Amino acid sequence: MEFDRRGFLKIAGLTVLGLAAKPGWEVVSKIKPLETLPAPSPFVGKKWAMVIDLKKCWGKEGCIECLDVCHRIHNVPTFGNIKDEIKWIWSVPYEKAFPEHINEFGDEGLRRKPVILLCNQCDDPPCIKYCPTRATWKREDGIVMIDFHRCIGCRYCMAGCPYGSRSFNWKDPRPFIKKVNIEFPTRTKGVVEKCNFCEERLIQGLIPACVEACKEKALIFGDLNDPESAVRRALKSNHIIQRQVELGTKPKVFYIV
Amino acid sequence: MYDGSKIIAGILIFLILMTFPLWYNASTGKTGYMPKPKIEPKILAEKKQCIEPKEFIRVKHMDLLKDWRESVVRRNIRIYVAGDKKKYNMSLTKTCINCHSNKRDEFCNQCHNYMGVTNNCWDCHTHPKEVSPKGT
Repeated sequence: MEFDRRGFLKIAGLTVLGLAAKPGWEVVSKIKPLETLPAPSPFVGKKWAMVIDLKKCWGKEGCIECLDVCHRIHNVPTFGNIKDEIKWIWSVPYEKAFPEHINEFGDEGLRRKPVILLCNQCDDPPCIKYCPTRATWKREDGIVMIDFHRCIGCRYCMAGCPYGSRSFNWKDPRPFIKKVNIEFPTRTKGVVEKCNFCEERLIQGLIPACVEACKEKALIFGDLNDPESAVRRALKSNHIIQRQVELGTKPKVFYIV
Repeated sequence: MYDGSKIIAGILIFLILMTFPLWYNASTGKTGYMPKPKIEPKILAEKKQCIEPKEFIRVKHMDLLKDWRESVVRRNIRIYVAGDKKKYNMSLTKTCINCHSNKRDEFCNQCHNYMGVTNNCWDCHTHPKEVSPKGT
């Protein structure tokens, strides 16, 4: 039998076509698309914010209820060293939190007073602009979210956040969690995490855990778009400061001094 | 052909080594091995059905889970409408694992190990049976 170049090409072509038949058919015969129910979102038109009344907060010394409950329910690990530290909500001296609000002749005691810090859930968040995978974004109710599935651990967002609100998992956090809360996922090595304004509690109709845990009622949580909300009333009747407003990030965590 | 005998011997040795898994399994009678994902006895007893037909789940569970993930995390949509119009919470740990609570060795890993497919769901998502609390 004569087997020339033309004949070889024909047979080769037919072979490739035959091999492609099954996968090709699988592509066009897709079983069915996903049907979901657009749940009536309780978050349309909301803009969540928090007011921290430092006068009330300083009423009781050495209290760590808000920090403790947050890190417990969100499976935040304790590594025991500052380099690896993961923080969602933490406390720093006043002079570190508000360096622009102190002066050298001011009250020495004020400088040392603890200030509770957490993600400011900025209205114009600089962190999300740096994310190359859109793993972090601002949700319609104003919460700056992180999708841990998509985070590639580049840490650009951490460089972008002027408040140091984001932490990176340098190692697998699970062995460093005292007691895992099975209602909330842990994180994995190589992702960035931060405060999520307890969005998993909000959807159940609960307020953030830190707000609930504070016995002094120093934390106020609510909707900025509602003129009757507790946060709006607190903002109206008090002198408010915020961290580094001059950067234009429009933080949604407010402080009453 | 130069060194024909050596080349042919080499090819033969190569083929024997390459096909070693096949005839080794054949000689030990394991060629017909099929993974058997085990359904929890209580599920069988109650005659509970999976949220979608078995055939669909077998082929498409990974796509379903990915769609659920995107939907819940990114769009805040949490209710899934199954083929039979029943509604389910789109949650791996609350919906799937609620029934398939023997997930690790007896269910998921049966096929995943057989096919050599690894997943990283459980790096973060937790399961009551597998979380061993350290300390308190």
